[in-house]
Amino acid sequence: MHLDHLHDGPSAVGADARRPDGTRRALRIGLGGPVGSGKTATVAALCRALRDEVALGVVTNDIYTREDAAFLLREAVLPPERIAAVETGACPHTAIRDDISANLEAVEDLEDDTGPLDLVLVESGGDNLTATFSKGLVDAQIFVIDVAGGDDIPRKGGPGVTTADLLVVNKTDLAPYVGSDLARMAADAKAQRAQLPVVFQSLRTEAGVTAVADWVRARLAAWTA
Amino acid sequence: MSRAALLVLADGRFPAGGHAHSGGAEAAVRAGRVTGAASLEEFCRGRLHTTGLVSAALAAAAALGADPVVLDAAADARSPSPALRAAARRLGRQLLRAARPAWPATELDALAREFPKGAHQPVVLGLVARAAGLGAADAAHCAAYECVGGPATATVRLLSLDPFEATAVLARLASEVDRVADQAVRAAHRVLDQGADALPAASAPLLEIGAEAHAAWPVRLFAS
Repeated sequence: MHLDHLHDGPSAVGADARRPDGTRRALRIGLGGPVGSGKTATVAALCRALRDEVALGVVTNDIYTREDAAFLLREAVLPPERIAAVETGACPHTAIRDDISANLEAVEDLEDDTGPLDLVLVESGGDNLTATFSKGLVDAQIFVIDVAGGDDIPRKGGPGVTTADLLVVNKTDLAPYVGSDLARMAADAKAQRAQLPVVFQSLRTEAGVTAVADWVRARLAAWTA
Repeated sequence: MSRAALLVLADGRFPAGGHAHSGGAEAAVRAGRVTGAASLEEFCRGRLHTTGLVSAALAAAAALGADPVVLDAAADARSPSPALRAAARRLGRQLLRAARPAWPATELDALAREFPKGAHQPVVLGLVARAAGLGAADAAHCAAYECVGGPATATVRLLSLDPFEATAVLARLASEVDRVADQAVRAAHRVLDQGADALPAASAPLLEIGAEAHAAWPVRLFAS
């Protein structure tokens, strides 16, 4: 091997905003939250809402299958080459927080192979309320909970609920059927999160993912400014 | 050498992607070959004296300064399973990513340029050890220990095995890990004189076959 002395420095370690060739990399947004709260459905809806405006890709982190990636492929929300699945060895929170190496590679390979991209959504496998993304992996994170998971989750807090850049309370259409008090959830979330934004959404209504998509658009505008 | 640097590199929490791999344990558990602490120990012993010895010798040779391109080709030749070759390269790439900020070195930068999609993990491990100021014996110990530590941790998750029993397995294997590492270092020194053919080529056909089957499963907990 030729050992020259061009010291490039580490290529795109952690949250470097530039790719090795000097261009600005895609904005990376993580979506985490408990099992079944609607992360994949939100990702699918975001892809449909944004795919005509920006070049985007998705990295999924499944716990033991490729179900989430397969769902997105089936729904044809993006061309197959724009969707990558990371295997997490039964620990999604490890792969998105403690050892992000596989995810960083998936994100960079997506950009290398299909880029340039404006946005990469990194979806965590369903996990517990403490699962948050490393700042070395994503620039902003969305935590998705749902009304059917119990209306006491915002009150209980935890790093996902309290620190995520956006909290999404999903499946609001189910609230009357599961006895969840949306006003109480909103008040508790406000108490836990101070100024950080909260969106209540139902993907089954007309508005759907609009509020979350607008939040992502604002993030993108700030990123490319 | 710095003993503390060795601890950093050998730490199971070193963020180089190992947590998502079972080292063949998931396939062995499914096949009924690993069912508890005793069979885990036998599995690890077999892996140690085959894959472990080869990996440790590759790591030691890289740490001694042997040409990583030649070592990488030798690793390919010693890994019949395409799935295992792919996993080794993925893990090598992840290790290099984690190691470069930890121990910045022109040799690691050059390795990343030479192998943008990853070199075999043990070869990377040897060069990383070198960058960390560690020696061939350190690199060999890391590789040999990792080859049993990975399956032991994975089996705790796969079988809900008592973690104390799994750790006791590793403790019982410690002197064998030492012996394999010593053997690997002797082979690595021969590589400097005689070339890569002096590397051991111990193989474990069931690990290779199991890896191929595992890679085709639609549902699995671990990447390999």
